[in-house]
Amino acid sequence: MWDWAFTFEILPTLAKAAVISIEATLFGFVLAATLGLVLALLRIAFPWTAWPISVLVELIRSTPLLIQIFFLYFVFPSFGVTLDAFTAGVLALGIHYAAYCSEVYRAGFDNIPRGQWEASIALNLSPWTTFRDIIIPQAIPPIVPALGNYLVALFKETPLLSAIAVLELMQTAKIIGSETFRYTEPITLVGLFFLAMSLVSATFIRAAERLLNRRPAR
Amino acid sequence: MGIRTLIVMLVASILLIAYLATRDTYSLFLPGLLQGAALTAQITVLGCLLAVAMAILSALGKLYGPTPIRWLANLYIEIFRGTSALVQLFWLFFVLPQFGVSLDPFAVAVLGLGLNIGAYGAECVRGAIQSVARGQWEAATALNMTRIQMLRRIILPQAFIAMIPPWGNLFIELLKSTALVSLITLSDLAFKAQQMNQTTMKTIPIFTLVLLIYLVLSLLITIGMRLLEQRAAKGLARGRTA
Repeated sequence: MWDWAFTFEILPTLAKAAVISIEATLFGFVLAATLGLVLALLRIAFPWTAWPISVLVELIRSTPLLIQIFFLYFVFPSFGVTLDAFTAGVLALGIHYAAYCSEVYRAGFDNIPRGQWEASIALNLSPWTTFRDIIIPQAIPPIVPALGNYLVALFKETPLLSAIAVLELMQTAKIIGSETFRYTEPITLVGLFFLAMSLVSATFIRAAERLLNRRPAR
Repeated sequence: MGIRTLIVMLVASILLIAYLATRDTYSLFLPGLLQGAALTAQITVLGCLLAVAMAILSALGKLYGPTPIRWLANLYIEIFRGTSALVQLFWLFFVLPQFGVSLDPFAVAVLGLGLNIGAYGAECVRGAIQSVARGQWEAATALNMTRIQMLRRIILPQAFIAMIPPWGNLFIELLKSTALVSLITLSDLAFKAQQMNQTTMKTIPIFTLVLLIYLVLSLLITIGMRLLEQRAAKGLARGRTA
């Protein structure tokens, strides 16, 4: 059933592919975190953008990521921009999770007491300074664990990139499987790898949560 | 978003699909896509049923089961929450046959997605059960109910209300995950889209329709769950004042 020699033979190949998965996760998450912040800020800053952005967020959140990946990968060429599979995949991951992250940021901003805004106005701070120095430093720390959860969720979605033939973990496992007719070891290893990574990152998130809760109350 | 906005979005997207259906570039694809959507809906409904059953069983196992059952429930929850849905589907599809268990793709889809979402649901069932006030248990004990009676007649009906909003999100997650079954050869909505895209290269009309159909399906779930929530909450208020 389980061939240890074969397991050790494919391990280096899978390890190399794991690097691609992790790269996609990090790039995707940086995009998601920044774009999500921009969406959340636009929603607050200008009343006329609030409605279109909330419809956009709802749209992105209620359609499957896989379809969005296909959409970006196949639609961009028809506008004359050809994206390679990795870029299209990272873009799709980033945009999809930006929609989720923007809701998290929004919750963070909603938790800032009104008095903070009013005090900033009283101090004659510009809206930009208010956001940069008053609101964001208070709003971000409490939502770090929630963002961390989305980082893990995004990581677990990277196997979808195999559908547009990005050579990440799942795609590599599938190729090994189709070349050797042995699926048991590669796919089980991929599963174990994700399980290990999720358990480790869950520990980190819990630690971050504890650290943030220890901060003196405002 | 308020329920009215959601209904407006639902009506708008249905009208948009109907309008697009009158145009040649779009109407060509609609029948095939709707066929796929029917399969998607079927997998979603069956997957949701399995997910709810697994979630309740494993949450009860984790909370009140004897040690081995608690251990088993924990193992199930951690494994299915810790790995990706696609890996789970591939494992059931490619690896399980090597151990002598061959399931057809449809069964794999329902089983894989149901078990995956069920593991997430277990945590929300557990949270809801624990959110029921302690006094309810104590009162039920005072009334000399057995543990099963307490759970069935007192605790679960109250926990049910707290569970509805998170389950709404999970059902939408499940709907979206059904797109993955296209990768294990089922011809659902995502599969049809890809197939048509490969043969005709009319990417924009095909994927616009597909996104709209998914949107309609998930709005139906959201609106349904909101209505259920309203109904359930109303029952609670009546129960308390009476």
